[in-house]
Amino acid sequence: MESIVKKRIQQVRKGDQDAFGEIVELFKDRVYHVCFRMLGNRHEAEDIAQEAFIRAYTNIHTFDIDRKFSTWLFRIATNLCIDRIRKKKPDYYLDAEVSGTDGLTMYSQVQTDDPLPEEEVESMELQESIQKEISRLPDKYRSVIVLKYIEELSLKEISEILDMPIGTVKTRIHRGREALRKQLRSI
Amino acid sequence: MNTCPENIVLMMHDYLDEEISQEKEKELKVHLQSCEACKTHFHELKKTVALVQSTSHIQAPGNFTQNVMAKLPKEKKKAGVERWFHRHPLLAAVAVFFVLMGGSLFTNWNGGEELSFTQSEQVVVEGNTVVVPEGETVQGDLTVRNGDLRIEGTVEGDVTIVNGQQYMAGAGGVTGEIEEIDQAFEWLWYSIKSAAKELGSFGSDE
Ligand SMILES: [Zn+2]
Repeated sequence: MESIVKKRIQQVRKGDQDAFGEIVELFKDRVYHVCFRMLGNRHEAEDIAQEAFIRAYTNIHTFDIDRKFSTWLFRIATNLCIDRIRKKKPDYYLDAEVSGTDGLTMYSQVQTDDPLPEEEVESMELQESIQKEISRLPDKYRSVIVLKYIEELSLKEISEILDMPIGTVKTRIHRGREALRKQLRSI
Repeated sequence: MNTCPENIVLMMHDYLDEEISQEKEKELKVHLQSCEACKTHFHELKKTVALVQSTSHIQAPGNFTQNVMAKLPKEKKKAGVERWFHRHPLLAAVAVFFVLMGGSLFTNWNGGEELSFTQSEQVVVEGNTVVVPEGETVQGDLTVRNGDLRIEGTVEGDVTIVNGQQYMAGAGGVTGEIEEIDQAFEWLWYSIKSAAKELGSFGSDE
Protein backbone atom coordinates (compact mmCIF):
# COMPACT_ATOMS: atom_id res chain seq x y z
CA MET A 1 0.00 0.00 0.00
CA GLU A 2 2.74 2.47 0.96
CA SER A 3 4.61 1.84 -2.27
CA ILE A 4 1.48 2.46 -4.35
CA VAL A 5 0.89 5.67 -2.44
CA LYS A 6 4.48 6.81 -3.05
CA LYS A 7 4.18 6.09 -6.74
CA ARG A 8 0.96 8.08 -6.97
CA ILE A 9 2.50 10.98 -5.07
CA GLN A 10 5.36 11.11 -7.52
CA GLN A 11 2.86 11.20 -10.38
CA VAL A 12 0.95 14.00 -8.67
CA ARG A 13 4.19 15.93 -8.30
CA LYS A 14 4.72 15.65 -12.03
CA GLY A 15 1.32 17.24 -12.43
CA ASP A 16 -0.91 14.19 -12.92
CA GLN A 17 -4.09 15.13 -11.14
CA ASP A 18 -5.83 11.80 -11.74
CA ALA A 19 -3.21 10.08 -9.62
CA PHE A 20 -4.37 12.24 -6.75
CA GLY A 21 -7.89 10.91 -7.25
CA GLU A 22 -6.57 7.46 -6.40
CA ILE A 23 -4.98 8.80 -3.24
CA VAL A 24 -8.30 10.36 -2.24
CA GLU A 25 -10.06 7.03 -2.86
CA LEU A 26 -7.56 5.21 -0.65
CA PHE A 27 -7.82 7.54 2.32
CA LYS A 28 -11.22 9.24 2.11
CA ASP A 29 -13.04 6.97 4.56
CA ARG A 30 -10.41 7.17 7.27
CA VAL A 31 -10.04 10.93 6.98
CA TYR A 32 -13.79 11.48 6.86
CA HIS A 33 -14.35 9.23 9.85
CA VAL A 34 -11.76 11.02 11.97
CA CYS A 35 -13.28 14.38 11.00
CA PHE A 36 -16.77 13.14 11.82
CA ARG A 37 -15.74 11.93 15.28
CA MET A 38 -13.86 15.16 15.90
CA LEU A 39 -16.66 17.44 14.74
CA GLY A 40 -19.75 15.33 15.41
CA ASN A 41 -21.47 16.55 12.28
CA ARG A 42 -21.57 15.06 8.79
CA HIS A 43 -21.68 18.27 6.82
CA GLU A 44 -18.75 19.77 8.65
CA ALA A 45 -16.86 16.51 8.46
CA GLU A 46 -17.28 16.42 4.69
CA ASP A 47 -16.28 20.05 4.37
CA ILE A 48 -13.13 19.67 6.47
CA ALA A 49 -12.14 16.29 5.02
CA GLN A 50 -12.35 17.78 1.51
CA GLU A 51 -10.31 20.76 2.60
CA ALA A 52 -7.69 18.40 4.04
CA PHE A 53 -7.27 16.65 0.69
CA ILE A 54 -7.13 19.94 -1.20
CA ARG A 55 -4.40 21.19 1.13
CA ALA A 56 -2.52 17.93 0.78
CA TYR A 57 -2.67 18.39 -2.98
CA THR A 58 -1.49 21.98 -3.01
CA ASN A 59 1.32 21.22 -0.54
CA ILE A 60 2.31 17.83 -1.92
CA HIS A 61 5.84 19.07 -2.72
CA THR A 62 6.45 19.69 1.01
CA PHE A 63 5.67 16.07 1.91
CA ASP A 64 8.76 14.04 2.81
CA ILE A 65 8.41 10.98 0.60
CA ASP A 66 10.35 8.81 3.07
CA ARG A 67 7.71 9.25 5.73
CA LYS A 68 4.28 7.75 6.09
CA PHE A 69 1.73 9.61 3.99
CA SER A 70 -1.21 8.86 6.28
CA THR A 71 0.59 10.53 9.22
CA TRP A 72 1.04 13.69 7.18
CA LEU A 73 -2.54 13.60 5.91
CA PHE A 74 -4.00 13.06 9.39
CA ARG A 75 -1.92 15.93 10.62
CA ILE A 76 -3.48 18.26 8.08
CA ALA A 77 -6.96 16.92 8.85
CA THR A 78 -6.71 17.10 12.65
CA ASN A 79 -5.27 20.62 12.51
CA LEU A 80 -8.20 21.72 10.36
CA CYS A 81 -10.65 20.03 12.74
CA ILE A 82 -9.09 21.71 15.77
CA ASP A 83 -9.26 25.10 14.01
CA ARG A 84 -12.90 24.52 13.23
CA ILE A 85 -13.70 23.46 16.79
CA ARG A 86 -12.00 26.56 18.19
CA LYS A 87 -13.86 28.81 15.82
CA LYS A 88 -17.28 27.53 16.76
CA LYS A 89 -16.61 27.30 20.47
CA PRO A 90 -18.71 30.33 21.52
CA ASP A 91 -22.03 29.00 20.25
CA TYR A 92 -21.11 25.54 21.39
CA TYR A 93 -21.22 26.71 24.97
CA LEU A 94 -24.37 28.75 24.42
CA ASP A 95 -26.37 25.71 23.42
CA ALA A 96 -24.53 22.71 24.68
CA GLU A 97 -27.81 20.78 24.71
CA VAL A 98 -28.67 21.59 21.12
CA SER A 99 -25.23 20.58 19.87
CA GLY A 100 -26.27 17.00 20.49
CA THR A 101 -28.90 17.27 17.78
CA ASP A 102 -26.15 17.18 15.19
CA GLY A 103 -26.05 13.47 15.82
CA LEU A 104 -29.71 13.25 14.85
CA THR A 105 -28.89 13.95 11.23
CA MET A 106 -26.81 10.80 11.32
CA TYR A 107 -29.76 8.90 12.72
CA SER A 108 -32.23 10.25 10.20
CA GLN A 109 -29.88 9.67 7.29
CA VAL A 110 -29.54 6.02 8.11
CA GLN A 111 -33.27 5.61 8.50
CA THR A 112 -35.06 3.85 5.67
CA ASP A 113 -38.69 3.21 4.91
CA ASP A 114 -38.65 0.00 6.90
CA PRO A 115 -39.15 0.52 10.58
CA LEU A 116 -35.99 -0.37 12.43
CA PRO A 117 -35.92 -3.17 14.95
CA GLU A 118 -35.96 -1.88 18.48
CA GLU A 119 -32.44 -3.08 19.24
CA GLU A 120 -31.09 -1.17 16.31
CA VAL A 121 -32.79 2.01 17.40
CA GLU A 122 -31.32 1.52 20.84
CA SER A 123 -27.89 0.94 19.41
CA MET A 124 -28.16 4.07 17.30
CA GLU A 125 -29.28 6.09 20.28
CA LEU A 126 -26.31 4.74 22.17
CA GLN A 127 -24.00 5.69 19.32
CA GLU A 128 -25.39 9.19 19.34
CA SER A 129 -24.88 9.51 23.07
CA ILE A 130 -21.28 8.36 22.77
CA GLN A 131 -20.62 10.77 19.91
CA LYS A 132 -22.22 13.57 21.89
CA GLU A 133 -19.92 12.89 24.81
CA ILE A 134 -16.86 12.72 22.55
CA SER A 135 -17.92 16.10 21.12
CA ARG A 136 -18.06 17.55 24.62
CA LEU A 137 -14.38 16.78 25.26
CA PRO A 138 -11.99 19.73 25.03
CA ASP A 139 -10.26 19.57 21.65
CA LYS A 140 -6.86 18.60 23.06
CA TYR A 141 -8.32 15.45 24.60
CA ARG A 142 -10.72 14.79 21.77
CA SER A 143 -8.00 14.58 19.13
CA VAL A 144 -5.92 12.00 21.03
CA ILE A 145 -8.96 9.88 21.94
CA VAL A 146 -10.22 9.87 18.35
CA LEU A 147 -6.82 8.98 16.91
CA LYS A 148 -6.24 6.25 19.46
CA TYR A 149 -9.65 4.62 19.65
CA ILE A 150 -11.25 5.43 16.31
CA GLU A 151 -8.15 5.20 14.12
CA GLU A 152 -6.36 2.78 16.48
CA LEU A 153 -3.03 4.50 15.99
CA SER A 154 0.03 3.98 18.16
CA LEU A 155 1.13 6.59 20.68
CA LYS A 156 4.18 7.24 18.51
CA GLU A 157 2.09 7.91 15.42
CA ILE A 158 -0.26 10.16 17.37
CA SER A 159 2.72 12.09 18.68
CA GLU A 160 3.92 12.62 15.10
CA ILE A 161 0.49 13.66 13.86
CA LEU A 162 -0.05 16.14 16.66
CA ASP A 163 3.59 17.16 16.80
CA MET A 164 3.98 16.69 20.54
CA PRO A 165 6.07 14.40 22.77
CA ILE A 166 4.77 10.90 23.49
CA GLY A 167 4.60 11.80 27.19
CA THR A 168 2.13 14.61 26.43
CA VAL A 169 0.04 12.29 24.24
CA LYS A 170 -0.11 9.77 27.09
CA THR A 171 -1.14 12.36 29.65
CA ARG A 172 -3.85 13.66 27.34
CA ILE A 173 -5.18 10.18 26.68
CA HIS A 174 -5.34 9.57 30.43
CA ARG A 175 -7.19 12.83 31.05
CA GLY A 176 -9.46 12.28 28.07
CA ARG A 177 -10.34 8.80 29.32
CA GLU A 178 -11.04 10.16 32.81
CA ALA A 179 -13.27 12.90 31.43
CA LEU A 180 -15.17 10.43 29.26
CA ARG A 181 -15.46 8.00 32.15
CA LYS A 182 -17.33 10.60 34.17
CA GLN A 183 -19.50 11.57 31.21
CA LEU A 184 -20.34 8.01 30.17
CA ARG A 185 -20.78 6.61 33.66
CA SER A 186 -24.57 6.71 33.50
CA ILE A 187 -24.85 4.93 30.15
CA MET B 1 -10.65 5.64 49.18
CA ASN B 2 -8.21 7.98 50.86
CA THR B 3 -6.09 5.02 51.77
CA CYS B 4 -5.50 4.07 48.14
CA PRO B 5 -1.99 4.53 46.84
CA GLU B 6 -1.87 7.61 44.62
CA ASN B 7 -0.42 5.79 41.70
CA ILE B 8 -3.20 3.21 41.41
CA VAL B 9 -5.12 5.29 38.85
CA LEU B 10 -1.90 5.80 36.94
CA MET B 11 -1.42 2.04 36.87
CA MET B 12 -4.93 1.64 35.47
CA HIS B 13 -4.07 3.94 32.60
CA ASP B 14 -0.73 2.25 31.99
CA TYR B 15 -2.64 -1.01 31.91
CA LEU B 16 -5.07 0.38 29.32
CA ASP B 17 -2.14 1.65 27.25
CA GLU B 18 -0.55 -1.79 27.55
CA GLU B 19 2.49 -0.20 29.06
CA ILE B 20 2.46 -1.74 32.51
CA SER B 21 5.15 -3.97 34.00
CA GLN B 22 4.15 -7.40 35.28
CA GLU B 23 5.08 -6.31 38.77
CA LYS B 24 2.81 -3.26 38.69
CA GLU B 25 0.02 -5.21 37.10
CA LYS B 26 0.12 -7.64 39.97
CA GLU B 27 0.08 -4.77 42.45
CA LEU B 28 -2.94 -3.30 40.67
CA LYS B 29 -4.83 -6.58 40.70
CA VAL B 30 -4.17 -7.16 44.37
CA HIS B 31 -5.43 -3.69 45.19
CA LEU B 32 -8.55 -4.03 43.04
CA GLN B 33 -9.51 -7.21 44.85
CA SER B 34 -9.60 -5.37 48.14
CA CYS B 35 -10.89 -1.94 47.08
CA GLU B 36 -14.43 -1.44 45.77
CA ALA B 37 -13.90 2.20 44.80
CA CYS B 38 -10.91 1.46 42.61
CA LYS B 39 -12.59 -1.59 41.18
CA THR B 40 -15.53 0.57 40.06
CA HIS B 41 -13.17 3.21 38.69
CA PHE B 42 -11.28 0.60 36.68
CA HIS B 43 -14.49 -0.96 35.43
CA GLU B 44 -15.78 2.43 34.28
CA LEU B 45 -12.56 3.14 32.43
CA LYS B 46 -12.71 -0.15 30.60
CA LYS B 47 -16.37 0.46 29.78
CA THR B 48 -15.49 3.91 28.42
CA VAL B 49 -12.91 2.44 26.08
CA ALA B 50 -15.30 -0.27 24.95
CA LEU B 51 -18.06 2.26 24.27
CA VAL B 52 -15.81 4.55 22.23
CA GLN B 53 -14.54 1.58 20.25
CA SER B 54 -18.09 0.35 19.65
CA THR B 55 -18.97 3.36 17.52
CA SER B 56 -19.57 2.22 13.99
CA HIS B 57 -17.28 2.97 11.13
CA ILE B 58 -18.86 5.44 8.82
CA GLN B 59 -17.84 6.05 5.24
CA ALA B 60 -17.30 9.17 3.24
CA PRO B 61 -20.26 10.24 1.08
CA GLY B 62 -20.44 8.62 -2.37
CA ASN B 63 -19.41 11.64 -4.40
CA PHE B 64 -16.57 12.62 -2.08
CA THR B 65 -13.67 12.03 -4.47
CA GLN B 66 -15.40 13.79 -7.37
CA ASN B 67 -16.09 16.79 -5.17
CA VAL B 68 -12.47 17.00 -4.10
CA MET B 69 -11.20 16.64 -7.66
CA ALA B 70 -13.56 19.37 -8.86
CA LYS B 71 -12.08 21.77 -6.31
CA LEU B 72 -8.42 21.18 -7.13
CA PRO B 73 -6.50 23.87 -8.96
CA LYS B 74 -6.22 23.16 -12.70
CA GLU B 75 -3.39 20.84 -13.68
CA LYS B 76 -0.60 21.76 -16.05
CA LYS B 77 -1.17 20.77 -19.64
CA LYS B 78 1.92 18.62 -19.98
CA ALA B 79 0.77 15.97 -17.50
CA GLY B 80 -2.53 15.78 -19.30
CA VAL B 81 -0.72 15.07 -22.54
CA GLU B 82 1.40 12.36 -21.01
CA ARG B 83 -1.63 10.70 -19.53
CA TRP B 84 -3.49 10.99 -22.81
CA PHE B 85 -0.66 9.20 -24.60
CA HIS B 86 -0.63 6.59 -21.91
CA ARG B 87 -4.36 5.94 -22.09
CA HIS B 88 -4.75 6.07 -25.83
CA PRO B 89 -1.55 4.56 -27.19
CA LEU B 90 -3.16 3.37 -30.42
CA LEU B 91 -4.96 6.59 -31.08
CA ALA B 92 -1.79 8.51 -30.32
CA ALA B 93 0.21 6.37 -32.72
CA VAL B 94 -2.37 6.82 -35.46
CA ALA B 95 -2.47 10.52 -34.88
CA VAL B 96 1.30 10.82 -35.02
CA PHE B 97 1.29 8.79 -38.21
CA PHE B 98 -1.21 11.17 -39.82
CA VAL B 99 0.78 14.14 -38.71
CA LEU B 100 4.01 12.73 -40.09
CA MET B 101 2.29 11.61 -43.30
CA GLY B 102 1.27 15.17 -43.80
CA GLY B 103 4.99 15.85 -43.81
CA SER B 104 4.26 18.98 -41.92
CA LEU B 105 5.81 18.24 -38.57
CA PHE B 106 9.08 19.99 -39.08
CA THR B 107 8.15 22.29 -41.91
CA ASN B 108 5.29 23.93 -40.10
CA TRP B 109 7.29 24.25 -36.98
CA ASN B 110 10.11 26.65 -37.43
CA GLY B 111 10.38 29.13 -34.64
CA GLY B 112 13.59 31.12 -34.32
CA GLU B 113 16.30 28.50 -33.89
CA GLU B 114 19.00 30.72 -32.46
CA LEU B 115 19.94 30.73 -28.82
CA SER B 116 18.88 33.86 -27.03
CA PHE B 117 18.64 34.77 -23.36
CA THR B 118 18.11 37.65 -20.97
CA GLN B 119 21.28 39.69 -21.01
CA SER B 120 23.12 39.52 -17.74
CA GLU B 121 26.76 39.95 -16.77
CA GLN B 122 26.53 37.04 -14.41
CA VAL B 123 25.93 34.33 -17.00
CA VAL B 124 28.32 32.54 -19.33
CA VAL B 125 27.54 30.57 -22.48
CA GLU B 126 28.95 27.09 -23.08
CA GLY B 127 27.94 25.90 -26.54
CA ASN B 128 24.14 25.81 -26.48
CA THR B 129 23.92 26.11 -22.71
CA VAL B 130 23.57 29.24 -20.64
CA VAL B 131 25.31 28.82 -17.28
CA VAL B 132 24.82 30.73 -14.05
CA PRO B 133 28.20 29.90 -12.44
CA GLU B 134 28.59 28.96 -8.83
CA GLY B 135 28.72 31.96 -6.53
CA GLU B 136 27.02 34.23 -9.07
CA THR B 137 23.59 35.74 -8.50
CA VAL B 138 21.32 36.90 -11.29
CA GLN B 139 19.01 39.65 -10.09
CA GLY B 140 15.63 39.46 -11.78
CA ASP B 141 13.96 37.04 -14.19
CA LEU B 142 15.95 34.93 -16.60
CA THR B 143 14.60 33.66 -19.93
CA VAL B 144 16.47 31.30 -22.24
CA ARG B 145 15.26 30.44 -25.76
CA ASN B 146 16.40 27.53 -27.91
CA GLY B 147 19.04 26.41 -25.44
CA ASP B 148 19.55 24.80 -22.08
CA LEU B 149 20.13 26.49 -18.79
CA ARG B 150 22.38 25.21 -16.02
CA ILE B 151 22.08 26.91 -12.67
CA GLU B 152 25.02 26.50 -10.30
CA GLY B 153 24.58 29.86 -8.63
CA THR B 154 21.35 31.68 -7.78
CA VAL B 155 18.58 33.35 -9.75
CA GLU B 156 16.58 35.86 -7.78
CA GLY B 157 13.48 35.78 -9.92
CA ASP B 158 11.51 33.54 -12.28
CA VAL B 159 13.17 31.26 -14.78
CA THR B 160 11.63 30.49 -18.19
CA ILE B 161 13.15 28.11 -20.72
CA VAL B 162 11.65 27.93 -24.18
CA ASN B 163 12.71 24.88 -26.18
CA GLY B 164 15.38 23.81 -23.79
CA GLN B 165 16.01 22.19 -20.50
CA GLN B 166 16.98 23.39 -17.11
CA TYR B 167 19.53 21.68 -14.87
CA MET B 168 20.07 22.67 -11.32
CA ALA B 169 23.38 21.94 -9.61
CA GLY B 170 23.30 20.88 -5.96
CA ALA B 171 24.05 24.35 -4.67
CA GLY B 172 21.97 26.18 -7.29
CA GLY B 173 18.78 27.97 -6.41
CA VAL B 174 15.89 29.92 -7.90
CA THR B 175 13.73 32.13 -5.74
CA GLY B 176 10.87 32.42 -8.23
CA GLU B 177 9.05 29.94 -10.45
CA ILE B 178 10.59 27.72 -13.07
CA GLU B 179 8.72 27.09 -16.29
CA GLU B 180 9.78 25.03 -19.27
CA ILE B 181 7.91 25.65 -22.49
CA ASP B 182 8.39 23.27 -25.32
CA GLN B 183 6.89 24.95 -28.33
CA ALA B 184 7.43 22.00 -30.64
CA PHE B 185 5.79 19.77 -28.12
CA GLU B 186 2.78 22.03 -27.73
CA TRP B 187 2.46 22.27 -31.45
CA LEU B 188 2.63 18.50 -31.78
CA TRP B 189 -0.08 18.19 -29.16
CA TYR B 190 -2.28 20.56 -31.08
CA SER B 191 -1.74 18.61 -34.31
CA ILE B 192 -2.55 15.33 -32.64
CA LYS B 193 -5.75 16.67 -31.21
CA SER B 194 -6.84 17.99 -34.61
CA ALA B 195 -5.94 14.70 -36.26
CA ALA B 196 -7.81 12.78 -33.58
CA LYS B 197 -10.94 14.76 -34.25
CA GLU B 198 -10.85 13.79 -37.91
CA LEU B 199 -10.57 10.14 -36.98
CA GLY B 200 -14.19 10.04 -35.90
CA SER B 201 -14.74 6.51 -34.64
CA PHE B 202 -11.37 6.44 -32.90
CA GLY B 203 -12.05 9.74 -31.27
CA SER B 204 -15.29 8.51 -29.73
CA ASP B 205 -13.44 6.48 -27.15
CA GLU B 206 -12.24 9.66 -25.48
ZN1 LIG C 1 -8.45 1.80 45.98
